[in-house]
Amino acid sequence: MSILIENISKTFGHFQALSPLSLDINEGEMIGLLGPSGSGKTTLLRIIAGLEGADTGRIQFGDRDVTNLHVRDRRVGFVFQNYALFRHMTVADNVAFGLEVLPRKERPSATEIKKRVMHLLDMVQLSHLANRFPSQLSGGQKQRIALARALATQPEVLLLDEPFGALDAKVRKELRRWLRGLHDELGFTSVFVTHDQEEALELSDRVVVMSNGNIEQIDQPGALYASPNSRFVFDFLGNANVFEGNVENGKWHNQQANIVLPAGLEEKGAGEKDGQLYIRSHEFFVSKEPTAQANLPLRVIAINPIGAEVRLELTPIDWQSNDVWEIDLPHKAFDKNCFEKGQTLYVTPKAGYFFAHDATQPVLLNWETEKAVAATTA
Amino acid sequence: MATHLSAADTRPRHKRVLPGLSLSLGTSLLFISLILLLPMTGLVMQSVDMGWDRYWQVISDERVVASYKVTLWAALLASIFNGFFGLLLAWVLVRYDFPGRRILDALVDLPFALPTAVAGITLATLYAQNGWYGQILESIGIKVAYTPWGIVLAMAFTSIPFVVRTVQPVLEELSPEEEEAGMTLGASDWSVFRRVIFPALWPALMTGIALSFTRSLGEFGAVIFIAGNMPYVSEITSLMIFVSLQEFDFPAASAIASVVLMASLILLFAINIWQARYLRRLHGRS
Repeated sequence: MSILIENISKTFGHFQALSPLSLDINEGEMIGLLGPSGSGKTTLLRIIAGLEGADTGRIQFGDRDVTNLHVRDRRVGFVFQNYALFRHMTVADNVAFGLEVLPRKERPSATEIKKRVMHLLDMVQLSHLANRFPSQLSGGQKQRIALARALATQPEVLLLDEPFGALDAKVRKELRRWLRGLHDELGFTSVFVTHDQEEALELSDRVVVMSNGNIEQIDQPGALYASPNSRFVFDFLGNANVFEGNVENGKWHNQQANIVLPAGLEEKGAGEKDGQLYIRSHEFFVSKEPTAQANLPLRVIAINPIGAEVRLELTPIDWQSNDVWEIDLPHKAFDKNCFEKGQTLYVTPKAGYFFAHDATQPVLLNWETEKAVAATTA
Repeated sequence: MATHLSAADTRPRHKRVLPGLSLSLGTSLLFISLILLLPMTGLVMQSVDMGWDRYWQVISDERVVASYKVTLWAALLASIFNGFFGLLLAWVLVRYDFPGRRILDALVDLPFALPTAVAGITLATLYAQNGWYGQILESIGIKVAYTPWGIVLAMAFTSIPFVVRTVQPVLEELSPEEEEAGMTLGASDWSVFRRVIFPALWPALMTGIALSFTRSLGEFGAVIFIAGNMPYVSEITSLMIFVSLQEFDFPAASAIASVVLMASLILLFAINIWQARYLRRLHGRS
């Protein structure tokens, strides 16, 4: 079922939790609401569910206007962050709850309920735990039971509040994949809240990035990663290092460090302006000497081999940056150079995004790094 | 990390980390022995002196048995009434914010603070035939003062805080998510209360009712002023103990007291065991 959100706003006392915002969700879509805590994503989710009333605006499920409908009549499935299982009921009774409380006319017979519950438990692969109590389950099992309970009444909209927040990394990954499979199989429309960018990018059809009660950007994961449209989205999606530079003689300077302006900047409408360069952690060339294109000295403070790459944490030498820089290197490049803690190294960006001080939209930058490096070493 | 750990560096595994067990437990046991066990032993000793036949004769005396019945029935009615009303009061105090909530909250403890005799006299005055409430009730044909209903009233009044104060914290701790989960699943307010909230409150409520019941069994001061104290009709067991004492028949007084003591102890133990089993289910095995 499609969901239409129009001009929804909400204040708590003097705090503007949501500025008027609108969002269209297509039938069968999986939407991730991504943002830091306090960005209003959970409030928006609770308003969609009807657990919270909006101050202004309208919500529509399909053709049905549900703005003033009580939560129990909206027929949504809701999965809570801490599962909210009924502690005094067995797993089977928990799952059966939504069916047991149906009005007598709509309620299936006791045997039918039992059958449906067992089917749901089979679906979440936990039918052997039917007679356990929630306190005897692990976090991942609780979350699956919570999902089975929410799906028991066959809702067309499933809402999930930080569904995997309290689980460890491995279980989280497994459940994520499983939820995606379930979504594709059953075809409900789902909206989930998360502050984990990886989760949002992996799971959603479209990601809605929120901050301070506003929607910053709505895009498919690939498009969002390729072209973040604001500093906030850039910062929040992470893995970007920021270089604050002032233009002088065709270079961005920051104290002792400098980067040459790439060719063709004028055509992109940026010109020679002061501003911030956002460079992702894998868009670097690393060397032991400065190159013709950049002079960015950094000291290695930590080396973390994770998965296919080695992540170096670096602090600037004789120039300013608010955060520690992170650079990801393939194992091959790392092994060739044998970096050690405390060592000084130089990095040269290959591509990045430039925000002029007076601009809200970034300009994509590309250097011909290979040439510059070759020229230096020659 | 290469340094070798010598035996002296490692703490023995059985040693408790939390200090002070022997001191605190010792003090508690001493205190309990002095103010609880010793007097109770004295009570039993006194009744042992009289021999089994005499003991049985005293506790199965017709008038005393009638007092058991009156006391039990009145305490039962009073604690059931308190179960309903105490739950309501706790609910109102926790769930809603209204002007005067804190005053009402403080008033709940009044029966504990008030000397029970004062409560008894006040209730007797209010419910007497010419008292404020008594007049109104009299006109519709209900007599409270100087009847068994007066006993129920006095018992309920003095023991209501037990129910409120045991239910209140549990109600405060209740997670709103479980209720919200119930609502998103389509349950009506009544269903949510009956199936989600009430089962969580149930152990605390039962404990409160049991405490209220045992307190009522032993209530004396508040009851005798309003009960009328007619033999076989409105005499409570505590009064029988008092009467024996006034006749300087200490063994008889102890004998009756031991019956009340046993009844209270059995009830409290039973509630404790039941509650432990119920809570174990809620919080997992431990």
